[in-house]
Amino acid sequence: MRGRKGLVFAVAVLAVLGLAVLLVPPIVQLDERLVDLRSAGLPPSFAHPLGTDEVGRDVLVRSIYGLRVSFTVGMVAALVSITIGGLVGLVAGSAGGTLDRVLMRIVDGFNSLPHLLFGIFIVAMFSPSPVAVVVSVGVTHWTTSARIVRSEVLSLRSRPFVEAAISGGASRARVVRRHLLPHLLPHLMLASVLMIPHAIWHETALSFLGLGLPPHMASLGNMINDGQRSLLTGGWWASLAPGLFVVLPTLAIAILANHLRDRRSPRRRSELSL
Amino acid sequence: MRAVARMVAWRAAFAAPLLLIVTVAMFALAQASPFDPVRQYLGDRATVTAPEIVEQIRENWGVDRPVLEQFTTWLGNLLQGDLGDSRSFHRPVAEVIAERLPWTLLATGCAIVLMLAGSLVIGTIAAWRRGSWLDRVITGGAFANESVPVFWLGLLSIWVFAVQLGWMPAGGLTDAASTTLDPLDVAHHMVLPVVVLAVSQSSWLVLFVRESVIGTLREDFVIGARARGLRERTVLVRHALRSALLPFLTLLGARMPELVTGAILVESVFSWPGVASASVQAALAVDFPLLAVTTLLGTIAVLGGNLLADIGYTVADPRVRTLGVG
Repeated sequence: MRGRKGLVFAVAVLAVLGLAVLLVPPIVQLDERLVDLRSAGLPPSFAHPLGTDEVGRDVLVRSIYGLRVSFTVGMVAALVSITIGGLVGLVAGSAGGTLDRVLMRIVDGFNSLPHLLFGIFIVAMFSPSPVAVVVSVGVTHWTTSARIVRSEVLSLRSRPFVEAAISGGASRARVVRRHLLPHLLPHLMLASVLMIPHAIWHETALSFLGLGLPPHMASLGNMINDGQRSLLTGGWWASLAPGLFVVLPTLAIAILANHLRDRRSPRRRSELSL
Repeated sequence: MRAVARMVAWRAAFAAPLLLIVTVAMFALAQASPFDPVRQYLGDRATVTAPEIVEQIRENWGVDRPVLEQFTTWLGNLLQGDLGDSRSFHRPVAEVIAERLPWTLLATGCAIVLMLAGSLVIGTIAAWRRGSWLDRVITGGAFANESVPVFWLGLLSIWVFAVQLGWMPAGGLTDAASTTLDPLDVAHHMVLPVVVLAVSQSSWLVLFVRESVIGTLREDFVIGARARGLRERTVLVRHALRSALLPFLTLLGARMPELVTGAILVESVFSWPGVASASVQAALAVDFPLLAVTTLLGTIAVLGGNLLADIGYTVADPRVRTLGVG
């Protein structure tokens, strides 16, 4: 999965899925409650490229809707966690001292928690809803970006232009806004792009366990969960096909991230090609 | 030995307050929850149960007392070893855990052993034949595997090995008809969950072993060993792999959260009767006493993993032993 072929694959996958998510819902209006028992459990065919599920809903159309739901939930969750992490990292890095140490201990503490288990706990205590999923992912996943931002702030603080601004009498808010944030933004953006597949994974896992989004919503996790029963009688498509809509974008984003990393550190590219 | 004792003390000083905070947080969440535990417990019967009986249950559970008193009672009981009663299993939590924990430990223990052995072999082979088609297949496969959710992998393996080929059972601990625990039957049911858990966790390990071995294969002592005319296998296993292993111990401990996550999903997919799947059942039934205890157990497992990694590192690396880390 390296080199140009991998990159082409990744871009193609993301482009096709992105177009599908943007174009299919306005064209094919999906009624989430509509069932058609006459066409239940059909294998893939020309009319239904990925077959139909137990109650006769087209798996492909529902998967695209599911990807849209999962992507939205994942993106919001990623933004929430990046915002929390960014703020904590910014405060810890620029304040230093005791506050920094306390915040970093809290980060250590959160890192010692099994994420999914706490996510399960949070959603279990509230009824299944997109908000519960966003909260459960956001609250448990902000630590990585907090670390990244903190170390970036620490290295920026000793740079001449920041020192010049401080000695020139700039206020703390001005230093943060004019001198730190522009440098932090690319890191935060990369972190959120990497966070989205992980957040999608969490949404899917929670919904798969029956704890995530409400059961009637066309989400990828709900579809994989619903399809389990027909899997045992040989109908692979209802459960495994929606899973591909998780695997492919995740893989594509991982490949893209790998390329970015390679471009930024050529040594790694030449010595430890992955 | 003193370094190890200091390490344990340091970790414990961090773990005790953390566990306390976790219990407080869980209790606060449960208080904020819109679900009424008694109503949840009664389910459909809630509408036909006499109000006096509902009040009686409330009083027995103590949910009508002040929040602070409820919390101190619960925490005090936990510390004394009284874990409370599971509302979904209708049994003491301690009993549920005692019955299910061994199955979780058995399955995850086997998965860890398989994961370690498998990734050491595969990663070393990839490093040894670096750049060959074999290496490309291994690294590409490991990379792709990272993107595959473990529950999807589990379902795929059920479809291939249980439904299509019929080699393995699709889930459970024993055959539905059997009334006794036959070790062979259990082992047969354990194959798929253990392999799926091991495979899903092993990508990073394979890639890590590969990079690590490639790195050490360039070191002087490996070149020296080669120059002395030692056999390729000896050079690879005794020299390169051995020194590539060190950082691996800490990484293994750091991966404990992922292992807990994997266990939850794999046990649920294969209906394996362990604690991890019990926490999902507890969550679905809003069974706070059981869910809180399993969540604490998960946290303890992660903290224990970190501690073991530190101890392993101290024992294995004389530099850490003498200089100490803090």
